[in-house]
Amino acid sequence: MDKKIRVLVAKPGLDGHDRGAKVVAAALRDAGMEVIYTGLHQSPESIVEAAIQEDVDVIGLSILSGAHMTIFPKVLSLLKKKNAQKIIVIGGGIIPADDMKKLKKKGVKKLFGPGAPTTEIITWLKENVKPGKKKRAQTRKKNNKGL
Amino acid sequence: MKPAAKFFKDILKGDKSAVARAITIVENDSDYTLLKKLFPFSGRAYYIGITGPPGAGKSTLVNAIAKLFLKRKKRIGIIAVDPTSPFSGGALLGDRVRMADLALNKNVFIRSMASRGSLGGLAKKTKDAALVLDAAGMDYILIETIGVGQVELDIAQVCDTTLVVLVPESGDSIQAMKAGLLEIGDIIVVNKGDREGCERLIMELKFAFDLRNQLPGWSYPIVKTIATEGYGIEQVVSRIEAHQAYLNKTGKFEVLRKEHLFSRINELIEEKIKNKLRRRLKSQPELKKIIDDIYSRRRNPFDVAENLLKDSGIVP
Ligand SMILES: Nc1nc2c(ncn2[C@@H]2O[C@H](COP(=O)(O)OP(=O)(O)OP(=O)(O)O)[C@@H](O)[C@H]2O)c(=O)[nH]1
Ligand SMILES: [Mg+2]
Repeated sequence: MDKKIRVLVAKPGLDGHDRGAKVVAAALRDAGMEVIYTGLHQSPESIVEAAIQEDVDVIGLSILSGAHMTIFPKVLSLLKKKNAQKIIVIGGGIIPADDMKKLKKKGVKKLFGPGAPTTEIITWLKENVKPGKKKRAQTRKKNNKGL
Repeated sequence: MKPAAKFFKDILKGDKSAVARAITIVENDSDYTLLKKLFPFSGRAYYIGITGPPGAGKSTLVNAIAKLFLKRKKRIGIIAVDPTSPFSGGALLGDRVRMADLALNKNVFIRSMASRGSLGGLAKKTKDAALVLDAAGMDYILIETIGVGQVELDIAQVCDTTLVVLVPESGDSIQAMKAGLLEIGDIIVVNKGDREGCERLIMELKFAFDLRNQLPGWSYPIVKTIATEGYGIEQVVSRIEAHQAYLNKTGKFEVLRKEHLFSRINELIEEKIKNKLRRRLKSQPELKKIIDDIYSRRRNPFDVAENLLKDSGIVP
């Protein structure tokens, strides 16, 4: 039936602006995705817990506070610990090129600069995310045969 | 253990990843295999609906109520439904923002659901998701919906106790009555009690309820709250418990649950028939021509629909 890309958008860290994250969240909705918005000041623990309960395909983190080198790796390692590494992690914010390389090596799938147009994010998601596919493959016995 | 068997066991144990995946399955698939297996393990949770106009403070209230239940060592499942955009098919699900207090509690499971348009059977999907949480051993299931449309009101059908949340800003009690909101409420919560106009709304509601037929033994309490401060929450919870006790004492609990089961069967049949017919209609080779014919008044929609039903074998 109806499969939608589910994305959790979170704004971890201590800085208090989530306008950027909200703009992205609204744009993804307008592109037909289901966006779970969790708000400001989220800890990596609560982000990962929410992502698991919401069974999202993607976690998108907006980080402007400079804490990217701690938050991304923490999220990735928690996902691994919870056996949820299939959830794709992407991010946006002011991240120096050097750090970007390191984060990608650690497993962040895609990073967008602070000025990235939302269309770029949408295109990337549509090309790289198959909603629910992998996660359900193990449990679904047969495809719908319909009526 | 085979993966499928382990998955099933994990759901019953309340393992969060398993429960989350199970909800995704019942949300996306029209295959009932999993639900059929889970059903015998359901029926133990108490279902509470929280509905009301946008921004009334429903999520904040859910958060506060859940915290109180947690103090009593209960396990809480929360389903928060937000509307799907009819234009894009996407949805922005923001109820979790108000439930940050619960995010890491091991006895809480929160799931946001998009309404996906009434064609997708929002009420049915929500009930399916609630069934998963029920089988997973939750003591209470709180279902938040925006009370604006028939579909949302239908969800109240699965609930044992329904709270209708109103605020001074949401207009007067007449509007709430017109929207059919008051009829489905077992308990009326007037939230944002710190705002102006709250006392007047309470007065109006009391008056409206005096006009309504009261049930013997249940007098539709109106509770004032300030959800952001936790004010009045104890009272809301004690009213919920009073309602539960009332249902049990009068034997209405069983009657209500049986009514819910009846509408559940109804819904399932309707869904199957609707899908089947819609597919049949869409696959009509001459659909375009038929519609052209109707458009130019050479045929009429009534005969076309009747014939289609006859052909389908559903109606003799
Ligand atoms: N002043 C005041 N504000 C409140 C109260 N309860 C909630 N709010 C605020 O009202 C706004 C909406 O609260 P939510 O809990 O998100 O309301 P909701 O009914 O779940 O909203 P939707 O799910 O979007 O329909 C938030 O800014 C809350 O902080 C209250 O008792 N008093
Ligand atoms: Mg809400």
